[in-house]
Amino acid sequence: MRVSLFITCYNDTLFPETGRAVVRLLERLGVEVEFRAGQTCCGQMHANTGFRGEAFSQAKRLVRLYADAEAVVIPSSSCVAMIRDQYPGLMEELGNETLRSQFAALLPRVYELSEFLIDRMGVEDVGASFPHRVTYHASCHGLRGLHLGDRPFRLLGKVRGLELAHLANLDRCCGFGGTFSVKNSEVSSAMLAVKLEDVLGTGAEYCTALDNSCLMHLGGAMHRQYAGMKTIHMAEILASTEKEPAEAAG
Amino acid sequence: MSAIADHPILDPALAPPFPVAVLPVLRNPQLRKNVAHAIDVIQAKRARLVAEKTDWQELRAAASAIKDHVLENLGAYLEQFEARCTAAGGTVHWAADAAEARRIILEILREEKAGEVIKIKTMTSAEIQLNPYLEAAGVRTYETDLAEIILQLGEDEPSHIVVPALHVNRSQVREIFARRMGIENLSDDPQALTAAARNYLRQKFLTVPTAISGANFLIAETGAVAVVESEGNGRMCLTLPRTMITLAGIEKVLPRFADLEVMLQLLARSATGERMNPYTSLWTGVTPGDGPQKFHIVLLDNGRSSILKGKTERQTLKCIRCAACMNSCPVYRQTGGHAYGSVYPGPIGAILTPQLEHMRHAQSLPFASSLCGACYEVCPVKINIPEVLIDLRAQVTDLERKRVARFFDPMYVGLRVANVVFSRAWLFHAAQWMGRLGLRIFTRKDGWIHSLPSVGAKWTETRDLRGLPKQTFHSWWAERKTASQQVGGSASQRAGDAAGDSTVSSKSDEKGTANSGEAQ
Repeated sequence: MRVSLFITCYNDTLFPETGRAVVRLLERLGVEVEFRAGQTCCGQMHANTGFRGEAFSQAKRLVRLYADAEAVVIPSSSCVAMIRDQYPGLMEELGNETLRSQFAALLPRVYELSEFLIDRMGVEDVGASFPHRVTYHASCHGLRGLHLGDRPFRLLGKVRGLELAHLANLDRCCGFGGTFSVKNSEVSSAMLAVKLEDVLGTGAEYCTALDNSCLMHLGGAMHRQYAGMKTIHMAEILASTEKEPAEAAG
Repeated sequence: MSAIADHPILDPALAPPFPVAVLPVLRNPQLRKNVAHAIDVIQAKRARLVAEKTDWQELRAAASAIKDHVLENLGAYLEQFEARCTAAGGTVHWAADAAEARRIILEILREEKAGEVIKIKTMTSAEIQLNPYLEAAGVRTYETDLAEIILQLGEDEPSHIVVPALHVNRSQVREIFARRMGIENLSDDPQALTAAARNYLRQKFLTVPTAISGANFLIAETGAVAVVESEGNGRMCLTLPRTMITLAGIEKVLPRFADLEVMLQLLARSATGERMNPYTSLWTGVTPGDGPQKFHIVLLDNGRSSILKGKTERQTLKCIRCAACMNSCPVYRQTGGHAYGSVYPGPIGAILTPQLEHMRHAQSLPFASSLCGACYEVCPVKINIPEVLIDLRAQVTDLERKRVARFFDPMYVGLRVANVVFSRAWLFHAAQWMGRLGLRIFTRKDGWIHSLPSVGAKWTETRDLRGLPKQTFHSWWAERKTASQQVGGSASQRAGDAAGDSTVSSKSDEKGTANSGEAQ
C-alpha cells in the first residue's frame, strides 16, 4: 500500500519529529510513504477564524493535490475534522462540480493516523516499545469530531513497557482552540489551568495526544511552570522501539 | 448592588466585548467556584439520566426532525395556533420587535388597571427588558421563581437560562434575603431560605391579579400553551390571577400535542437532570371557572424571522432553552454567564445574541468558543453550534473586510498574509525560513521562547513556545530522498516516476535521522 503523508503546516514547521515518526512507523509496517512537496495547509485556521474564502482556496489546493492519492494519512485530528466537517460546506458553497466530485472521491481515503492503523491496516500492535508512564489527552476534534473512541487506547495498550495513566475529565477541552488561544487568551489560560491540574495529577512522565496543537498548549504551560512532564505525539510513541527509542525520549 | 460583582450589563448594545468582560470574572474565585460547582452537579445528574435512556439518540433525532419541520412551515403553524387559541378564548398579539412587545404588554396592563404584576420565570421577557420598562411605567413586577427572586432582590442579573442565579451561593442568598426581607437571624439552611421565599411569595400570589409568563411550547393543533417548572410558582400564577399574559418567541410552536412526548423527555433530562420536571402546566385559551379568565399571548419575532432566512443559522431557532450547552461548555464553566453581555449566555447565547442583534452588536461572542463541540454533543435538538459559530465568525470577518481599521489588526493582516503564503509551497517554505530567523532573537538558550511581542504576547503571557526546529519536515524529507537516491534506492525512484514531479516518495531502510537539533 502506498500512503501519501499530509504533514500539516504546523507539524512541518514546529513538530518535524512527528512527521519523521509517522514515516518510520508506517515503513516499519510495510507501507510505502510518499510526500507531495506542494502541500501547505488544510485551511482550518482560516475557516475557524472566519476567513471562509481563504479557507476555500486552501481546501481547493488540498483536494487537487491529493486527488489521485491511494490514501492520505494525517497525524492531526483537527485537520482531518476540518476536511470531513467543513470541506463539504465549502465545496457546496464555493466549489464547482468537478471539484465537488474530486472531493467526494477523496474523502473516504483520508485518514487520521490511528484510524489508518486500526481501520485500514487492521493492526493494534505496531511493535512499539516505550517504557514510560503516559497519559492520553483526547483532543476535542479526535473525540467528538472523528469519534476516535478507544482506538488510541487500543494502540497504546499494545506498546511494550508503556504504563497508561488514566486522565480525569478526558472529554474536557484544554482551551487551545486555534486563534481562540490568542483572541481569548485569558479564558483559554483559565481552561488550560484546569486541564493541567488533571494532566499533572496523573503523575505521568509524558502526556500524549493525536494533535500537536493541544500538546503545544499543554507543553507550553508545562515548560513555563517547570512542571516536570513532557508532551509527545502518539506517532512518536508508536514509532519508538527498543532499538530506536523516540527522539524526544532519548 | 450585588454582593458578588459589579452590576452586570446584559444589554448587547452596551456590554463590553467578551474578552474584556471576562477579566473581572476570572479574577473572582468565589464566582468561578460557584459556577463550576453548580454546572458540575447538573452535568453529572444529566449524564446519569441520559445514560439510562437507551433511545436517547433516537429521541434527539426525532426532536430535531420536529423542529426542522416546524421551521420549514413556521408561518402555517403560527396561524393555526392563532386560530385555535382565539377560538378557545385567548387573544393573540403579534410583536415585530422588543419595543412593540413591551408596548402591547403595557397596554394590556393599563386596561386591567394593574399596578403590580407577578411573573413566572421568562427569559424572553428579559430579552425585551420588560421589567425595567414596566417599573418605569409605574408597574411593580414581582418575580416568583426562587432564582429570579434572588436576582431581583439582589439587584443582580441572570447568568444562566435555566438556573439564573447559578452564580450565587446560599450564604449570598441568605445575605440578600435577610437584608431585603428584613429577617434577622436567617440561617443559610436551604429549607429556611425556601421558607422565607415562600412567605414573601404567598402574599403576592394572593393579592396580585395579573401574571406574566413565558412559554416552553405552543401547540398549533390545539392552541395550548405549555410551561414547565420546578417550584409550583408557575402553577400558582396559572391558578390564582384573573389575567394571564404570555410572551413567547415565534419559534416555540410545535405541530401536535403528541410532540410533547418527545420534547418533555429531552427537556427535563437535559435541563435539570430529572426524568420529568415537577410541574408541567398546559392551558388552552380560557376555561370558565378555572384559572385566569382573560388570556393574552404576545408572539414575538424580534429578529427571529431574519434568523430563519440563513440556511446554516436557522437551526439556532430549534433551541428549547434547556441550557445543556452552557452546562457542558468549558468556556462557560470558567466565565459564567454575565460576561456574555446577554440574557442568553453560553454557546447558544454566542450564536443567538449576535443574530438577534442583526450582527450589529455582540460580534465578539461567536469567537468566545474553543469549538470543542461539547455543546453539539449534548444538544437535545441537535443544533450544530460549532457550525453556526464558524458561520457567524465569517459574517463578522466579512464586516471587518470593509473597515479601514482592519489594516491595524495584526490578526487580520496576519491571516491575509498567511493565505498568500499557503497558496504556493515555495512561499510557505520561505515564510518558514523567515519565521525561524525572526524568532531566533526571542529564543532562549534552552530552545524555548518565553516572551513574544504583539499578538504573540497573548500566547506567552501564560505559555512558553518551543523555538522553531532547525529543519522542517519537508526539508528533512528532501534530504532523505536525495541521500537514498545516491545510495540507489530503487523503490523511491519508481515511486517518484509514477507520481510525477511534485511527488517524491521513498521506502527505504535509510535511517533518515540526518538532522534533528530540536530543542528539548
